[in-house]
Amino acid sequence: MEGKITGIAGPTVTLAMPGLKMYDRVLAGAARLFGEVIRLGPEGAVAQVYESTRGMGVGEPAISLGKPLTVRLGPGLLGAIYDGLQRPLPEVAAATGPFILPGSQWPALAEERVWAFVPLKQPGDKVAVGEPYGAIEEDGTRHFLFADQAGTVAAMASGSITLAQPLAELVGGGTLTAAQEWPIRIPRPWRRKFAPTTPLITGQRVIDFLFPLARGGTAMLPGGFGTGKTVLEQAIAKFAEVDIVVYVGCGERGNEMADMLEEFATLTDPWTGRTLMRRTIMVANTSNMPVAAREASIYTAVTMAEYYRDMGCHVLLLADSISRWAEALREISSALEEMPGEEGYPTYLASRLASFFARAGMVETMSGKIGSLSMILSVSPPGGDLTEPTTQACLRAAGAFLMLDTGLAHRRHFPAINWFQSYSLYDQEMTAYFGKEVDPAWAGLKRQTHTLLQREEKLREVAEIVGAEGLQDADHLVMHTAARLRQEFLRQNTFDSDAFSTPKLTLEKAARLLDQHTAAEARLARGDFLTDILREMA
Amino acid sequence: MRLAEHVYSTVSAIRSQLLLVEKVAEVRMGEIVRVRRPDGREIEGEVLLVSGETVLVQLFGESRGLDISATAVIFTDSVKQAPLAETVLHRMFDGSFRPIDGLPLFVPEAWAPITGHPINPSSRARPQEFIETGFATIDGLNTLVKGQKLPIFSCAGLPAREMVAAILKNARVIEAKGESGGGFALVFVALGLTYHEYAFYLDAIRAMRSDYAAFVNLADDPVVERLMAPRFGLTVAEYLAFEKGRDVLVVITDMTNYCDALREVATAREELPGRRGYPGYMYSELASLYERAGRIKGRPGSITMLPVVTMPEDDITHPIPDLTGYITEGQIVLSRELHQRGIFPPVDVLPSLSRLMQQGIGPGRTRADHRAIANLLYRHYARGRDLRNLEVIVGRDGMSEADRGHLDFAKAFEEEFVQQTGGRRTVGQTLDAGLALLRRFGFDSP
Repeated sequence: MEGKITGIAGPTVTLAMPGLKMYDRVLAGAARLFGEVIRLGPEGAVAQVYESTRGMGVGEPAISLGKPLTVRLGPGLLGAIYDGLQRPLPEVAAATGPFILPGSQWPALAEERVWAFVPLKQPGDKVAVGEPYGAIEEDGTRHFLFADQAGTVAAMASGSITLAQPLAELVGGGTLTAAQEWPIRIPRPWRRKFAPTTPLITGQRVIDFLFPLARGGTAMLPGGFGTGKTVLEQAIAKFAEVDIVVYVGCGERGNEMADMLEEFATLTDPWTGRTLMRRTIMVANTSNMPVAAREASIYTAVTMAEYYRDMGCHVLLLADSISRWAEALREISSALEEMPGEEGYPTYLASRLASFFARAGMVETMSGKIGSLSMILSVSPPGGDLTEPTTQACLRAAGAFLMLDTGLAHRRHFPAINWFQSYSLYDQEMTAYFGKEVDPAWAGLKRQTHTLLQREEKLREVAEIVGAEGLQDADHLVMHTAARLRQEFLRQNTFDSDAFSTPKLTLEKAARLLDQHTAAEARLARGDFLTDILREMA
Repeated sequence: MRLAEHVYSTVSAIRSQLLLVEKVAEVRMGEIVRVRRPDGREIEGEVLLVSGETVLVQLFGESRGLDISATAVIFTDSVKQAPLAETVLHRMFDGSFRPIDGLPLFVPEAWAPITGHPINPSSRARPQEFIETGFATIDGLNTLVKGQKLPIFSCAGLPAREMVAAILKNARVIEAKGESGGGFALVFVALGLTYHEYAFYLDAIRAMRSDYAAFVNLADDPVVERLMAPRFGLTVAEYLAFEKGRDVLVVITDMTNYCDALREVATAREELPGRRGYPGYMYSELASLYERAGRIKGRPGSITMLPVVTMPEDDITHPIPDLTGYITEGQIVLSRELHQRGIFPPVDVLPSLSRLMQQGIGPGRTRADHRAIANLLYRHYARGRDLRNLEVIVGRDGMSEADRGHLDFAKAFEEEFVQQTGGRRTVGQTLDAGLALLRRFGFDSP
C-alpha cells in the first residue's frame, strides 16, 4: 500500500493512505523511516516515527508493511546488542560507521549463521502451535524452537542449519523455520501463572537479606541522580542467579553503555562460568537516540525476554530507566495534542505501566515448561520527588520498592538502598524459603538486623539532644553494632571481590556480626566494661 | 527533492517569533527559510510544523517590522548546516555562525547538519584517559576523563568562571600533539552572558594560547540563537575530534540561560509546559547536546564537555540541574558556605561525583592507592560533616574525643585539601596531601 506524507509534527507524521490499520508498520519519507500507526481519522492516519523527522518533506511517499511492529525471535539473540527497534548496533556500525544515520535497516538475526539442530519430532508426528519441534544449542542455553502453525510433520531437517532454510515441512504444504516474528505490544501467551515462590538471588546482601525479590516478581528502583541506580542495575545484571538477562538502557548515557558492553564481554557469570555476554541481550537506546524508539525499546526487550521464558528459562529484565520511557510517552502524547494528565503525562501512563508490569511472572508455558520473567525497573524521579506520576504509577504495580537514598549516596554508602523506606511484598514467602533452604536462623537474624537499625536511628535522635556522652553503655553497643552492620554488611563495593555474595555467605556474615553483638550484650550484663568489650571485638 | 528555492508571500499570521505561511507545497521539517522584510533585509527561520499546506516557521530573530502582505518567505530546501574547516580555529562567531572578529568567513571544506547524528553505542570507546585539572577536589576525588561530560553546578555569585579559567589554564588535558596526533582544541560557547563575564572568559582564552573557536551569544543577542550556538559549537567539535583527530574540550556557559531560552521559545509556540514551565522534552533536548561528548573506537580524538549550570535559588532539585545531572557523568557542585569562608575552589565534594572515575584511576593511570585514599577522605569527611549538626546542638564539649577528631578533620580537609591558594597541584601532590592529612588524624587505615 502506498500513500504520501501530508503533515509533520515532532515525532509524528500524518499520512494520506486509505486502508491503514491501527498499529500497522509504515516506512515514511524518502529516507524510509520506521513508523507505527497510532491514530486514524478524517485528516488521515497519524504515525509515530521512530527516527528524527528532521529533513523529512511533505509530499514524500510512505508505504505500509501491512503488519504491526514485531521483533524477530530465534537463535542468535543471546549476546546481541540492539537498539529500541531491534536493529543490531554492531552490524549497523560496521555498515554505516560510528554515527547512526536515519533509515538504516539491518536484519536482527544473522540469517547465514550455521547452527546444530536437534529435531524433537519425526515425520508423521503431530505438532501443535507453541509446541517445541526441535532445539538448538545456543551459547550454553538449550534454545527450543516453537511451531507457529499446527500440522503433521512430513519432513524434518537435522544437523547443520541456518535461519533462512525451512526446518520442517508439514503435510499440506506449511513450513517451520527457526526464526519467527512476534508483535511487541502483544504478550506471548502462557497456560497458567503462579504466585512467586522462589527467590531471585541478586548477590546484593541488602536486597537478598532485607528485601528479597522473587522469580517472576517485579521491583522498582527509584532514586535521584547520583544515587547509583545504573551501577546497581548493572551489578544485578552481572550477578543475578538467572539463565538469561535482558538489559534495556532506555534513554540513558552512551558512555555507560560502552562501559557495560566492554565489561560484559570480559566478565564471567558467577553461577555457570560462561562469559556474561553469552547470557545477556542488550537493548541500547541512549538519551540522544530518537524518542519514539525509546518508547518501543522496553516492549522489544520484554518480548525477547518472554521468548526465552517460553523455553523454560528464568529470565530477568532490567530497564534503566522507566522514567525516560514515560517521558517518551509524554512527548508523543503531546505531539498528538492529547488531553494531558498530571505534569503533562498522558492519563493512560498508569494503565500502560501496569500492563507492562503484568508481563512478568512465573508461568507454565504453552509447552508445559516452567519459566519465569522477573523485572527490575529503575525510576528517575525529577528532583528525587517520589510523589511524581511515574513513581506513583510504578508503586501500584511493583512487588518490591527499593528506594535509593541521596543521603547514603553522598556518604558513599552503596548500594544506597534506604532500609527504613524500602519494602518487598515477597518478604514472607522468600524468608520462609531461605529459612528452609539456607539456615533456620534466617528470619530471626533478619528481624534482629531491622531492630538494631531502628534502635540506632532512635538513639541518634536522643544523642542529638543529650549528646553521645549521655547514652548508656548498652546503647553505645547498639550504635556500634549498627554501624558495623551498615559498613560491613549492608554496604557492598561493586568494584572488588565483595561485589557478589551468595545467600549462604550473606547469612554467615550477618550471623557473625549479630552473634558478637549478643555475646557483648551478655558480657555487659555481667558487668564488663564496654571499652574492654569493644577493644576485644576489634 | 526540489531543485530551486521557493518564494511565498502567503503569510497569514505573525505571533511573536512565529510565522504562519499558507499554501506551501513540499516543505521539509526543519527546513531553513529566509524571511524578506518589506525593506529588503532578510532574517532566517526554520520550519517547525507542517500540516497539509500550512507551515509554522520559527524566526531566528525579531519579527519587528514584518507585515502580513509584503513579507516574502523563501524556502531553501535544506536543514541548518554548519560550515567546517580547520581554519575555524582562532576565530569568533555569533550564535548564527557569523564571524564577529571582523574577518570574512573561512572557506568551508565540508558542511554538516547542526543537530548531528547520535553515536552508535557499540561504537563508543570507553572513556578512561585521565585528565589532570590541577584541582585536588576534581583530580583526587572526582576524576575527569577524556570523553566525559562533567558539569559545574554553581550558584549565582560563586566563582564558577574563575574555576573554568583555572582549568583552561592548568589542565594537562592531554599531552598536546601526543599519540592522538591532532593536538588539543577548545570550543567555547557563551550563552546569554553579560559583557562583563564574556570579557573575563575572553582574557582566559587568549591567555591559554592554544587553539580555540568561540561561539558567542551575549545577554542581548537573539534568544533563538542561544539554542543554536551550542549546536554549531558541537558540530565544529565533532569535526575537529572525529575528522581531524583532536582532543576537544567544549566549555558551555551558562546552560541555565540555554534552558530559559528553550522555555521562552516553547511558551511562544504554546506548547504544554512541564515542571516550572520548562517543556516536557527538555531532558531529550539537553541529552541531544550532552551526549555528543565521547570517544569513538578506532578513531583518535575525543570530545570532553565542561558545561556550567547556575542553579536557580541554589536549588539542586530545580529542573535544570536535575535533568543535567541525570544525563551527565557526574557533577562538580560548588558551595556558597565554603565560598563565604574564603575557600577556593568552593567545591562541596559530598554531592559531587564523577561516574567515570573508576576507569581513569589506578596503577598506570594515576596511582595504585588512589581509590583507597579517595574512599578514606570521603568517609571521614562525611562523618565530620554529619557531626557538625550535632555540634550545634550539644556543643563541642558534649562530644566524644573521637567525634571531635572528625570535626577537626573536616575543617582541615576543607582548609588544606579543598583550598588551593597555592595554584595547581599534580595528581601525585593531591594524593600525597590527602594521605598526609589522613595520617595526621590517624585515619589512614581502612
